[in-house]
Amino acid sequence: MTASSSQELAIAPEVAVAPELPEIWPPVRRRRGFLGFVLKHPTIAIGGLLILVMALIAVFAPYLGTVDPTALAPARRLRPPSRDYWFGTDMLGRDVYSRVIYGSRVSLIVGIAVSAVACALGMMIGLLSGFIRWLDAILMRVMDGVMSIPSILLAIALMALTRGSVRNVIIAISIAEVPRVARLVRGVVLSLREQPFVEAAVAAGTRRFMILWRHIVPNTLAPLTVQATYISASAMITEAILSFIGAGTPPIIPSWGNIMAEGRALWEVTPSIVFFPAIFLSLTVLAVNLLGDGLRDALDPRLMRRI
Amino acid sequence: MLGYVFRRIVTTIPVMAVVALLVFSLLYIAPGDPAAVIAGDQASPEQIAHIRASLGLDRPFLVRFVDWVWRILHGDLGTSIFTNLPVSHMIAQRIEPTLSLMVLTLLLSVVIAIPMGVMAAAKQGTWVDRVIMVLAVLGFSTPVFVIGYVLAYVFALQLNWLPVQGYTPLADGFWPFLQNLILPAFTLGGIYIALIARITRTSMLEVLSQDYVRTARAKGLGFGTVLFVHALKNAAVPITTVIGLGVALLIGGAVVTESVFAIPGLGRLTVDAILRRDYPVIQGVVLLFSFAYVLVNLIVDLLYTVFDPRIRY
Repeated sequence: MTASSSQELAIAPEVAVAPELPEIWPPVRRRRGFLGFVLKHPTIAIGGLLILVMALIAVFAPYLGTVDPTALAPARRLRPPSRDYWFGTDMLGRDVYSRVIYGSRVSLIVGIAVSAVACALGMMIGLLSGFIRWLDAILMRVMDGVMSIPSILLAIALMALTRGSVRNVIIAISIAEVPRVARLVRGVVLSLREQPFVEAAVAAGTRRFMILWRHIVPNTLAPLTVQATYISASAMITEAILSFIGAGTPPIIPSWGNIMAEGRALWEVTPSIVFFPAIFLSLTVLAVNLLGDGLRDALDPRLMRRI
Repeated sequence: MLGYVFRRIVTTIPVMAVVALLVFSLLYIAPGDPAAVIAGDQASPEQIAHIRASLGLDRPFLVRFVDWVWRILHGDLGTSIFTNLPVSHMIAQRIEPTLSLMVLTLLLSVVIAIPMGVMAAAKQGTWVDRVIMVLAVLGFSTPVFVIGYVLAYVFALQLNWLPVQGYTPLADGFWPFLQNLILPAFTLGGIYIALIARITRTSMLEVLSQDYVRTARAKGLGFGTVLFVHALKNAAVPITTVIGLGVALLIGGAVVTESVFAIPGLGRLTVDAILRRDYPVIQGVVLLFSFAYVLVNLIVDLLYTVFDPRIRY
């Protein structure tokens, strides 16, 4: 290639010519806009889309060809999936499709509420223990203690002492998740406290609350967002587990855990009652986890992909 | 070395004290009147008062706490409201299946997950890596009872290879014992395997970029030797940490797995106790599992010194 091109240009042989290199790398074209985002963060796109679909299902449950999910019809018990009953019927003749669709509401509400409550409480405890030294030792020992109790058992113990309701389920699961948030926030505060910009703010006479609010809190938001997604994923699983063993959402409200709990006794005969809510639950949790992984990679580029 | 071990053991005592205080305080933290909840909706005021007295809620917090700790130190975990048997006795009867299930799951998960993570790290960026990581995300997202029902449906109902449910004590022969535990162990192991495989890959990737790995390769050692002897040993500290922390998932998962596979262990005891609102039993199980969890993580801390002799705080 170099020989032929130098002949074409008719350059004297004693003149050194830089060889013409083939184009190995095509020019980098950065895609922008929606498609660019999807290509750069496929996990966020897939997870986000699935969550959006689930949220729409939960909101528009009454319009998705459902009937009353609590309507009993003993005459048509335990029907297999068919054109009239897409997911079959349970042992009381209730339409499993309607129950599963309505059940998405409980899971989504629990997922969102638990991560909101746990993040708010954990943020407060983390800020306090990061900024007030004498309180740090006490708060962190309590948090260590809470973390030493396996979270499902902690929720079970709390649920055994309260009446079953969605609100109590949210409280019970949140208490178990608070320490993880508190530790995360405390870690960020401790590393930021020694930074020059915080020192500068102190030197400028900024009040402590304003330093926290203006300089510390914004820096916790990125890791907290990632943590919040993981918390809602595990909260949805914990809610289903609690309902499954009879310590969660009251049986009168259709939730995926409740539907599976009711189908448990008969699952060898009609496995569809257990499998449909199981598929919905797994897909939703998978979506939230994918979103969390994607957000972590996107918000903290220093981290390696997929830890 | 001995000084480190001793100090680590001593620092565990305050953690256990905080755990005991928290488990005890749950009765006071819970919203509403626990005595009325435990007694049930049809209970008369006398029955509620009786429950309140048996839980000790009519006495001052501190007096009752000291008394409670004193009795725990003597092995008394209280008395079941439902059966009137000592809780420690009920736990002792049910501990073998749960312990067998958890130990088997732990061994199985470590044996499967660590090679998976090492493979993924060694073949970083290839399809092997991607398949393993996708499996890990799936394992992480599938609730434990879903894995349980799928495995039971495929291997017990359809293929008929293994029993659907039940438990055989080890005393009745090793093979029947194992046969009943294989499916539950894989069920419980799903999320644990995913967790260990992910951390193994991450910490292996970190180690593989070190100079001493290149040196080991340059002096002619085989890739396998370098991976499993040199690199894995140096990646071991974060892996053991996660294995220890993951025991919490095993404990929580065991409650569900035992329900799916009808194993008469501590998980089933807990579930039965919830349905009967037998709080002393729940409290005893929670306390026992939490102490066990703290001890497991103490052992993990002590193992650090084996993998990394530099660790001597």
